[in-house]
Amino acid sequence: MKMMREGKIVRVSGFVVVAEGIPLPMMNEVVLVGEAGLIGEINKISGNKVSIQVYEETTGLKCGDKVIALGRLLSAELGPGILSQVYDGLQRPLKEIAEYAGSFVRAGIRARRLDHEKKWHFVPVKEPPSKVYGGEIIGKVMENELIEHRILIPPNIRGSLISLVGEGDYTVVDTVAKVKATAGEIIEVKMAHEWPVKVPRPFAEKLNPDEPLVTGIRVIDFMFPIVKGGTAAIPGPFGSGKTVTLQQISKQTDADVVIYVGCGERGNEMADLLEKYKTLIDLRSGRPLVERSVIIANTSNMPVAARESSIFLGVTIAEYFRDMGYHVALIADSTSRWAEALRELSSRMEELPGEEGFPAYLASRLQGFYSRAGKVRTLSGKIGSLAIMGAVSPPGGDFSEPVTQKTLQTVKVFWGLDSDLAYKRHFPAINWLQSYSLYVENVSVWWELNISERWRILRESMLSVLKEEDELMQIVRLIGSGALSERERAILEIARVIREALLKQNALDFNEAYSDPKKTLAIAEVIDYYREQLLEAISNNVPLEKVLNLNIGKEIEKLKTLPLDKCLEESFKLKEKIVVEISRLPSLVRA
Amino acid sequence: MTQSLRYKSITSINGPLVVVNNVQGVKLNELVEIEVGDEIRVGQVVELQGNIAIIQVLQGTAGISVGQSYVRFTGDTLKIPVSEEVIGRTLNGLGRAIDGGPEVVGEKFDVNGAPINPVMRLPPKDFIQTGISVIDGLMSIIRGQKLPIFSGYGLPHNLIVSQIVSQAKLLKKQESFAVVFSALGISNEEADFFRVELERANILDRTVFILNLQSDSTIERIVAPRVALTVAEYLAFEKDYHVLVVMSDMSNYCEALREVSLARNEIPGRRGYPGYMYSDLATIYERAGIISGKKGSITQMPVLSMPDDDITHPIPDLTGYITEGQIVLSRSLHLSGIYPPVNVLASLSRLMKDGIGKGYTREDHFEIYMRLFSAYAEGLRNKELSSILGEETLTSEERQYVKFAEAFEKRFIHQGVDEERSIDETLDLGLEVLSILK
Ligand SMILES: Nc1ncnc2c1ncn2[C@@H]1O[C@H](COP(=O)(O)OP(=O)(O)O)[C@@H](O)[C@H]1O
Ligand SMILES: [Mg+2]
Repeated sequence: MKMMREGKIVRVSGFVVVAEGIPLPMMNEVVLVGEAGLIGEINKISGNKVSIQVYEETTGLKCGDKVIALGRLLSAELGPGILSQVYDGLQRPLKEIAEYAGSFVRAGIRARRLDHEKKWHFVPVKEPPSKVYGGEIIGKVMENELIEHRILIPPNIRGSLISLVGEGDYTVVDTVAKVKATAGEIIEVKMAHEWPVKVPRPFAEKLNPDEPLVTGIRVIDFMFPIVKGGTAAIPGPFGSGKTVTLQQISKQTDADVVIYVGCGERGNEMADLLEKYKTLIDLRSGRPLVERSVIIANTSNMPVAARESSIFLGVTIAEYFRDMGYHVALIADSTSRWAEALRELSSRMEELPGEEGFPAYLASRLQGFYSRAGKVRTLSGKIGSLAIMGAVSPPGGDFSEPVTQKTLQTVKVFWGLDSDLAYKRHFPAINWLQSYSLYVENVSVWWELNISERWRILRESMLSVLKEEDELMQIVRLIGSGALSERERAILEIARVIREALLKQNALDFNEAYSDPKKTLAIAEVIDYYREQLLEAISNNVPLEKVLNLNIGKEIEKLKTLPLDKCLEESFKLKEKIVVEISRLPSLVRA
Repeated sequence: MTQSLRYKSITSINGPLVVVNNVQGVKLNELVEIEVGDEIRVGQVVELQGNIAIIQVLQGTAGISVGQSYVRFTGDTLKIPVSEEVIGRTLNGLGRAIDGGPEVVGEKFDVNGAPINPVMRLPPKDFIQTGISVIDGLMSIIRGQKLPIFSGYGLPHNLIVSQIVSQAKLLKKQESFAVVFSALGISNEEADFFRVELERANILDRTVFILNLQSDSTIERIVAPRVALTVAEYLAFEKDYHVLVVMSDMSNYCEALREVSLARNEIPGRRGYPGYMYSDLATIYERAGIISGKKGSITQMPVLSMPDDDITHPIPDLTGYITEGQIVLSRSLHLSGIYPPVNVLASLSRLMKDGIGKGYTREDHFEIYMRLFSAYAEGLRNKELSSILGEETLTSEERQYVKFAEAFEKRFIHQGVDEERSIDETLDLGLEVLSILK
């Protein structure tokens, strides 16, 4: 029997505990703290003392209480049964916990991360004897009607496959394969395996992301696109639309699997999301969204330290599905709450504070997290991707604060939310002058091949109108709208139509929430056509007033609520109408 | 049974904190009793270092002396007894009766509660009619929601809260509803005002008062809202009551939190408030909601004062990040005589979308809401332009919007403190005001 490695608590401060006397402690090693065996992680080692962050409520801990070191890192259990789950930051299944512990989550409650009794129908896809390597797919399980769960050789194992069970029903802890490792020992492979959450899972090679992650949100897909395997941040003050936008993406995206991490945010939002996942149908597969999702809910009133583990747990599960060759989207709302947990931890460990009290390693932690995104060739040779999108909640809505700034240094897309737009109920309140995407180049070919070769041109045309609008509005604020020329007032009209018909999109309206890229492009085409015709009419001395009276803007706006087919049809008709009606207008004859 | 340990080894006292040496077996967050003459003060263990315990005294450290006063560790956290008899009673911030009646007896509950399992929450959906147009029409309160009022010194939040409590419709229809009023550092007059108003509305006998007044211990203020919510949770989740919890003024709570943090020499966060204030406030505000399988609910209406009317100040800012919207009061509307002076654009009810429309309020509610909103935003913008550039620079359409904004404030927002408008009346009024436009 192995010797128990244990020590004693000598200090308790909030969720941080200092223990003494653990023999040969390991950085990031998991420990059980106190009588209740609370789960903690070693964070600092100095001499015979270690600092531990405790992932559960620490009320009741005493100096002198035992701390037992487990000799392993904080890990996730990965295998069939993980989809549709709602976990807390420690991967405790919240639905199971509710069944036997009632309505509240208390410290020390334990439950299996995956069901060890349930049998899954396993179909082998390899023949022994043969060589196998880590990450290789040896079998598959239809986890639900939607997702085929591919069973992988754990990434850190390689050797020769000496046996593999036949097709049949097995639990996640039954041995399905035996591998003779290079060192000679025989390893039993089960359908589930453990992986340390803070260690990125390996892949064969990073690939250049070139396919958009379609969200159905026009201002994103059309203006500031994200790619499969990309990174994006959505900072904004409270009430500006971070959660609504991220939840909308999670429901509508064309990713295969979605991991949603509610980190330090509202309980009701998680309940609402879960309900929606159960009732809403995936647009492409016709199956309930819950079948392709995992929710990690560590709400604001749940233990602060577990915000960190919730983020890492989420990204580990996401990488696991990427490794099966899926396109995965990971959403974290909000990364600021994680950063704040780091700050509290750092301050309780009496480290030197950096900017606004955040530890100096904040930037590298954020980088480490976002760098786990990417499009890859997996170890098994498949193409998989992981896109990461995170909300940032800057105090007072001030983007100059450290978490926003350090996040923007690492992510490639910035959807900047604007409280002025939110106050006016222009949603999504993504500021079009401030936001950017560094993936425009990457997705150009996709747009050309799949939607239209005009995307880039249209996008630039719209952005330049919006930019001009901003400049004109500054003039208006200084000397009034009377100072503008007819052409300039025409630009304001076009800009208004772009905002109302293209950018504005009500996430809460069933008919509007999802906009197919084809539909988005059709709307943009009509607007651009209107722009051309309007400007031409103005240059032919047609009074602007007369064109405005045609109410074309309102008609274009109506396209938003139409289903794809109808929208395409109507947009053709509308173009006809625009040219006919505008050309009919008499021009003023020059004196 | 846990044995109780008694020590005489206080070595230092700093503000609300007392340090006791040579202790053994003391637990984090344990309740402590300190003997000061005949009086017993209570505190909580906030930190342990070897054989040293740091205690936060809830009722003031005046009179406690180093090496003299006795400290007893109770071995248990702060718990209060609760039963249905608590309804109609007045308790102090620690949950003890101060109305001259007997102590409440009943099962004991830890005042810190525990987080509701997110999967057990039911999304709130039931519209509460307050009879106040601007609220019902544009920022509807939903049962189970936490919706704070962001006020400022001298603004009529007390009037608004009491009008809401007195007129709230879904509450009244329910057989079992209760109000828990938690006074946090407000004056006796303010607390009395509520008592009188609730009496007038005939619901005083359904109200529990938890009083921590201006004159009471500041540090006790950290416990008082937790006592209030423990009472509320018992009534809602054990006894099926629909409970409305009013907490006023949360700014005073935050000041108490800052005081303790400074005494502990913690690195201050923004404007001196502790870095963990978000998480701390969340442990209060998240104790609202509806739980699957339980009949009752907790709706929270915290009131807070925005220092300098600044919504980006950490107190409103962190609150807004946790609560499900906010009702923001405006000094300029107040000065122009509008009651309730609600800053419509800055206010929001996040749960409104699920509780209005067909089957809840009226089919056209959402549309009217959107139209009022955008027209008012447009009107305010034009008004601003006209005040900078002169009215003559506005087009006639722009002027119409200005007119609309004025009418909207005077007729839709403005109403009497006793005036109760049904949701139908509110929506019709909205349409009527909108008809100004063309
Ligand atoms: N795309 C949208 N469509 C319609 N309403 C929205 C949209 N985004 C935000 N909202 C409105 O704004 C409110 C706040 O949005 P939310 O995402 O919760 O903000 P945050 O997470 O930034 O605090 C929502 O309750 C909703 O009323
Ligand atoms: Mg949010």
